Amino acid sequence: MNRRSRRIVGVLVQAALLLALVALIAWAGDNALAQLRARGIQAGFDFLLQPAGFEIGESAFAYDSSQPFWRAFAVGVGNTVRVALPALVLATLLGLLIGIGRLSTHLLLRGLSTAYVETLRNVPLLVQLFMWYFALSELLPAADAALQPLPGVYVSKSGLSLPWPVWAEGAWWPTSLEWPEVGGFNVSGGAAVTPEFLAVLLALATYTAAFIAETVRAGIQSVSAGQRQAAQSLGLTGAQQLRLVVLPQALRVIVPNTTNQYLNLVKNSSLAVAIGYPDLVSVTNTALNQTGRAFECIAVMMSVYLLLSLLTSALMNRYNARVALRGWS
Amino acid sequence: MTLHSLKAAGLLAATVALGAHAPAALAGKTLDAIKARGSIQCGVSTGVAGFSAPDAQGNWSGLDADTCHALAAAVLGDAKKVNFVPLNAQQRFAALQSGEVDLLARNTTWTLTRDASLGFHFTAITYFDGQGFLVPKKLKLTSAKQLKNADICVQSGTTNEKNLADFARANNIKIKPVVFEGFEASFKAFFAGRCQAYTTDVSGLAGLRNKEAKNPDDYVILPDLISKEPLGPLVRRGDDEWFADVKWVIYALIEAEENGITQANIDELKANSKDPVVQRILGTSEDTGKLLGLDKDWAYRAIKAAGNYGEIFNRNVGPNSVLKLPRGANNLWSKGGLVYAPPVR
Repeated sequence: MNRRSRRIVGVLVQAALLLALVALIAWAGDNALAQLRARGIQAGFDFLLQPAGFEIGESAFAYDSSQPFWRAFAVGVGNTVRVALPALVLATLLGLLIGIGRLSTHLLLRGLSTAYVETLRNVPLLVQLFMWYFALSELLPAADAALQPLPGVYVSKSGLSLPWPVWAEGAWWPTSLEWPEVGGFNVSGGAAVTPEFLAVLLALATYTAAFIAETVRAGIQSVSAGQRQAAQSLGLTGAQQLRLVVLPQALRVIVPNTTNQYLNLVKNSSLAVAIGYPDLVSVTNTALNQTGRAFECIAVMMSVYLLLSLLTSALMNRYNARVALRGWS
Repeated sequence: MTLHSLKAAGLLAATVALGAHAPAALAGKTLDAIKARGSIQCGVSTGVAGFSAPDAQGNWSGLDADTCHALAAAVLGDAKKVNFVPLNAQQRFAALQSGEVDLLARNTTWTLTRDASLGFHFTAITYFDGQGFLVPKKLKLTSAKQLKNADICVQSGTTNEKNLADFARANNIKIKPVVFEGFEASFKAFFAGRCQAYTTDVSGLAGLRNKEAKNPDDYVILPDLISKEPLGPLVRRGDDEWFADVKWVIYALIEAEENGITQANIDELKANSKDPVVQRILGTSEDTGKLLGLDKDWAYRAIKAAGNYGEIFNRNVGPNSVLKLPRGANNLWSKGGLVYAPPVR
């Protein structure tokens, strides 16, 4: 067989395999629906248009219980993204600092950085999550006795409330500030984040930072000592050596591995349900129970996490292509 | 979502996606499987005081657990032949659908959606409950309508979330639910002061207040009931014989109370009673067991093992328990309550 016909056979085999796979999935899906129907279980995604009927404690956009299920799922996705994004930024900054600290010549700094990494990455995330949460909700004062560290800023068991600009209808810029107030037994108005949000944010950021720190350390150590010595002989200061010579080369090692950590962080945010943060898993749990559509709800949740992870990894791969060594693949 | 709930859902997905058609729809299969296995798979809570909770030795007790004990006594002749499967609120339905449990006796509310669209039959109501609020006494609240703008702790996977939203909308008060997956985390957050109120069924609130609060007197249950919560065991559709067995064991326990049959006097009544109703229940005249696929002593064994409905109530949630709940709606119909059983005849 010549090279050309071998290629054609190859393509045909691949196509046949793909077809078989699609047929298998279609058969499994069809069989599942028939089975569910035979057992008297109603199936299908039509429930997504029905009113959800439950409230969600916090949301990135307006939502109430009369809105449909798909909107409740959207609130869950919004809450997952709302906590995962700032956690990514915090984890990266903290990880970078600690990773560099691990290689410091300063004994105390190096010791503290090592202790941080070894403690945080060896304690299960769920345990850390509970620790942060119960520390926050035990130690903070009750909502009716909220602390006021700055005028208009309240900290209590109900969370952190800040003054927030409000737009009058049709205005281009904020027309006034809305101030939080302590009234009745709760703080209301302004912008507020709950203790659940804070606990998830802190736990995810500090935990992931420990892994990123190790990646950063490995990246820096992968740059050969000669590079640093050469930079030194040119008269660059320590910080300049790191910024101009070492880190750009170290990024080639750091970025692919950090992508994994980012993916882990996004997926780990699903633990938030344990401490009452209304993320995608929490909303899915509630929707699943209200409707009994276990199959469909879990399918929605899996697809969303898959999409979020693919998006994260696509963005990181583009960045990786930019920092990668030219001419190598 | 916990690993376990994913497991139950995954098991369901796998059986329905890959399995052959409708193996569960044959009448009598469940009972045959139970007899062959020698035990009943009973789906219960992960620990709700008074309904189903394990002690330090791992023995389950409670109103729901006793339903399973009575059933095992009736069907297998030994109240101990129950394998309790603890399930959290989200796992429970998938576990019953997939066949992991034979019945779900897990303080589950009978609703239209659950009865009509999940492939289940609710058997009988074993407890008439309603949703309420537990609040710290120092807030000096007298009605749930004062909970305007409050944070309210609630466990996910229950009817409570929806009732709470309905209540808030009907009364035009804004409330912020804080929804926990686990029961433990939800009440710990409440007792730490994260929420101004905790909501669940009143029987559950009594358990929380009396068992979990550092000082029960610091907390009060508000008088408002915001929903009807009829609780009872449910079974899969497609096996009418097993459905009847579960129903009638529960009815027999209620009939026993109505006719004065207790754990203490049952042997004496079985030997000497001339009352035709008592004779029929205890199988000394007619053989009602045959109609259910059981033997004639089925009800005798169930009552002997667990006591009549009143005894089960008093022992687990009533005056002889830590919950000390009043009989209220759960008294016999003849004594002003709602508990009523069709006749064993």
